Formats: sequence, structure tokens, C-alpha cells
Amino acid sequence: MTESTSGAPMIHLDKVSKWYGDFAVLKDINLTVKPGEKIVVCGPSGSGKSTMVRCINRLEQHDDGRILVNGTELTRDVRNIDTVRREVGMVFQQFNLFPHLSILNNCTLAPIWVRKMPKKQAEEIAMQYLTQMRIADQANKHPMQLSGGQQQRAAIARALCMHPKVMLFDEPTSALDPEMIGEVLEVMVDLAREGMTMICVTHEMGFAREVADRVVFMDAGEIIEEADPETFFTAPKHDRCKLFLSQILGH
Amino acid sequence: MTAFRAPPKHHEGPVEWVRVHLFDGVFNSILTLAMIALVVWAVPPAAKWLFIDAAWHGAARDACEGVSGACWPYIGARLGQIVYGFYDAGERWRADVVFAFGAIGLAWLVIPRLPRKGWVGGMMLTLYPLVAFVLLSGGWFGLPIVSTERWGGLLLTLVVAAVGIVASLPLGVILALGRRSELPVVRVLCVAFIEVWRGVPMITVLFAASSLLPLFLPDGWEFDKLLRALISIAFFNAAYMAEVVRAGLQALPKGQYEGAAALGLGYWQAMIFIVLPQALRTMLPGIVNNMVSMFKDTSLVTIIGFFDLMGTIQAGATDLEWASPNVAVTGYIFAALIYWAFCFSMSRYSAHLEEQLAEGERR
Repeated sequence: MTESTSGAPMIHLDKVSKWYGDFAVLKDINLTVKPGEKIVVCGPSGSGKSTMVRCINRLEQHDDGRILVNGTELTRDVRNIDTVRREVGMVFQQFNLFPHLSILNNCTLAPIWVRKMPKKQAEEIAMQYLTQMRIADQANKHPMQLSGGQQQRAAIARALCMHPKVMLFDEPTSALDPEMIGEVLEVMVDLAREGMTMICVTHEMGFAREVADRVVFMDAGEIIEEADPETFFTAPKHDRCKLFLSQILGH
Repeated sequence: MTAFRAPPKHHEGPVEWVRVHLFDGVFNSILTLAMIALVVWAVPPAAKWLFIDAAWHGAARDACEGVSGACWPYIGARLGQIVYGFYDAGERWRADVVFAFGAIGLAWLVIPRLPRKGWVGGMMLTLYPLVAFVLLSGGWFGLPIVSTERWGGLLLTLVVAAVGIVASLPLGVILALGRRSELPVVRVLCVAFIEVWRGVPMITVLFAASSLLPLFLPDGWEFDKLLRALISIAFFNAAYMAEVVRAGLQALPKGQYEGAAALGLGYWQAMIFIVLPQALRTMLPGIVNNMVSMFKDTSLVTIIGFFDLMGTIQAGATDLEWASPNVAVTGYIFAALIYWAFCFSMSRYSAHLEEQLAEGERR
């Protein structure tokens, strides 16, 4: 592929494998993401795409191979894990906002306690990102009072407040009512335009076409196909990939 | 928004209310009638015994001689012992001061309008126990020493209950976290601690603390019997508390742990800011249930020779100067009322807290 071009990779997965018992969920995954690149990962459910993304900030442990994030290798060493998690923001399918804290406190908690930022500065940064996510007026509410789309945008703001170098999205729109998917994708497109490095597990093919530098297709724990969106959607090489595309685009 | 007609009105007169709430179907009608019968059967004789046939005045046994109801003068005559046990009469003001500060502090924490709850709570957990200890045991500032063996009555019951309740919660939280730890040594130690204390009856624990432990300690090593009892009660209840806390920790969705981890929060940060505040909310009914049961279990210290509230009343019932069946029953009813008042207050306060916390989340 295009690995020889400029700069050190932001994320580098080298023959990463993982098993649940005897069952291989990830099989020799190789993936390199350069700073500023946007990768969309898709594939049928159970193909290992979420597991792969969750390995990148060590929510799951890989059993074999190497993962490097911004030059730090993920090992058992807790310090390395902390270093990586500080640089990698994550957005979950179920938002995972903290329901007992206001939206503002959701956003300032980690900057204050992990980055040791003064409270006032953390609040200013939080309000700046909440404004960017178009929910500044919700800052003092609790998560349960917000709509699904607002909650997910709050979760994105919360991750951005740590000033991450990479953002991971694990099916960010799958739990949303259809009319709210657009508002979340919109802010994700904005984020991509600003140059954020992103890995996004999603079936939103319109989003993939619009922002992705590469689309990665996974099936049964393997990366089957990796191509720019145009090639991927118009001329997929593998049958499994064609079948998948026909299933999700067919109607 | 377009105007729509107002909702239909429900007319609910007294007859309708009775039908809906008391005679809603055959089964409920039978239950209602049975309850009315029970009240008619039980309340008048009880009231007669407690108030009408009761003796209200008098100094000694004669006051209740030939009386077929409750013997209230006995409670009046024994009130000092019921409240303080054998605490030296001239020094009882010290217990009063401790009671007063305790009551003011608790009231401050419970009444929603009052400010600076954090500060008051901190004082109640640090300065207050220290002052209470110095005042009650003496030996400092020219206060004569009152040996813990003389502490008794309601005073002792409250000391044992307060120490047990306040110490068992943090200990229980630590044990529960340890039981879920990824470090095998920590986990095994915590599981062993919990299962040993939970597997032994409270009475056995108290006996062991009062008579067995001194046999194992080297000569000249001696520490206060009450302190030994307090430590074992705290450990015993911490084991129970740990299991309640564990249930709360397990009930929390995995996504909360992951959300905290993904933001880079460390283990303790995630526990203190994310996990425990949420888990403690769901655990509140279980925690208060434990506290209520702990409050009543304090009466078991009678067995190792302390005269707590229950003990003094039990002792009074066999006192020759007063002994008569009505005296004993009056004593037990009085004790039951005191225990009930404390336990009911705890359960009401927890219900109120639950409501408040639920509201906080919605706000």
C-alpha cells in the first residue's frame, strides 16, 4: 500500500492476533494508520472489527503480535497503557456517559484528574468542544435528560477534551434512532475535516465515501480487503466483500 | 401547539375511594374485613394494658402491686440505668454531652436546608469520635477514668452501633474491591476474610473476642474487652457489607468501567469518581438493611457480660425489689420502642435519600 510515504505511523498493528479460548477473533491483523488518516472499518457482525479497535486502547488485550500507538508499544506495562489512553479518545456505541455527573463534569473529569488541568481551564475547553458539538446549552444537564444524538455528541466532546491525537469510534450511530444519526455524522465529518486521525467502525457508507482515506473490510477475524472508498465501493475484489456490500446497500 | 380539550375529570367521593382502595374484589374485601377484625380484637386490650390499667405513680414495688397493667414507675426509677448503665452517676453529664453533640451533628446532616454538610460530616467522622472517646473514658484533662465495664444501657448500645456502622462501610467497600481485584493475593485474602467472618455466628465471634483471644495473646498483652468486641463487630459486619457492595459493583454496566478506562482514569480514580458513587446509590437499600440489623445485633453483647440497653432491662426484670411479671413485660416493651424508634428512623431516612438521589439524576 502507501506505507512508504511521509512520517512515522500514528497506529501500527503488526500481526496482531487474539483468541477467546480456542476461537481466534483476530488473525494476524496488519494495519498502519498515518497521522491525519481516516480509516473506516466495516464487515459483518462478529468479524472482529470492534475487538480490533478496542485493542488499540487496550480495552481488550491482544495475545500475539505488536501494537504501537504514537510510538508507544502496548504491553502489560501499565505506564504504557496510561500513555496510550491519554492520546487515544474513544466513542462507544452505548455512549458510556457517566449518568451521575452533568455533561460539563463528564467533560472536565479526565482533564482535571488525568491531565492535572486547572478546573477553570478544563471548563473553558469543555465549553469550547460542547459548542463545536452544538450542545453548549445542555452543559449543566445530566446525560439522561438528553436525546440519544445529543448524548453521543456529548460523548465525542468528552473524548476531545483530552486533546487526543487519535479518535476511535466503535459503531457510534448504531444505537441511535434514525433521525439522530445525521446530527452525529455531521460533527464527525467536521472533525475529520479538521485533520483528526480517526478509526471508525461503522456501516454508514455515505460517511465512508465522504471522509475515509481507506476502507478496511473484515470478516472472520481477518482483514480481507483494504482500499480507497472509490475502489472499495465500485470494484471490490473479494466475493465476501461484494456480498456484504450488496446486503447493506441493496435496499 | 394546538389546543386540545382538557383531560376528563375523575370524580372520587368517599364511597368511591372505599370501593377502590378497600373492597376491590373478593380477596381484597376479605383481607379488609380480616384486618378490621384484627384491630378490633387486639387494640383495645393492648391500650387497656398499656394505659388504663397501668400504674403511673409510686416509688417501689408497691406502686405496681395488684396492678394488672403496665408498670411505668419502674421505667422512671430505672431510667438512669437504662440510659447510662453503671456509668458513675456524677460523671453522667459527660455522656449527655456526647449524646447532645451526636444529636446536633446528625440533625445537621439530615436536615436538607443546613449548609456545609461536607465539613460537618468530616467533623462527625474525625473530631467527634475522638472527643467522645476522651469524654466517655476519661483520664485526660482531669476527668476521672470510667472503665468501659461500667458503660452500659442505651449509651453502650449507641457506642457499639455507631462504631459498627461507621467502621463496617469503608471496610466493606475495601473488601469488596479486593474481592474483585485482578491481583490473586489480594483477591484470595479478601475472599478468605469475608467467608471466615460470614461463616461464624456473631455470638461465637463475641465469645472468641472476650474469652479466647486473651489466651492467645502473650502475657502482659491486654487490651480492653469492649475494644475487642467493637473490632470483632466491625469485622463481622464488614464481611456482610462487602457482599452488598459487591452486588452493587456488579450491577454497574461494564460500559462505565470502559468509559473511565478509555479516558485514561486510573483504577482508584475510576472507583472514586465513577464506580462507587453510582454503585453506592443502587446499594443504599441493602446497606441500610445491614445497618438496621447491625443496630439490633448490638444486643448480643449482653452475652459477654456487657449491660447494654437490652442487658439492663433484662437485669432489671430479675431485680427482687421490682420483680413481677408486669414489670418485665413493661421493660421489654420499652426496649422494643427504643430499638424501633432508631431503626425506623434509619429506614425512613434512607427512603428519603433514595428519593433525593433519584431526583438528582433526573435534574
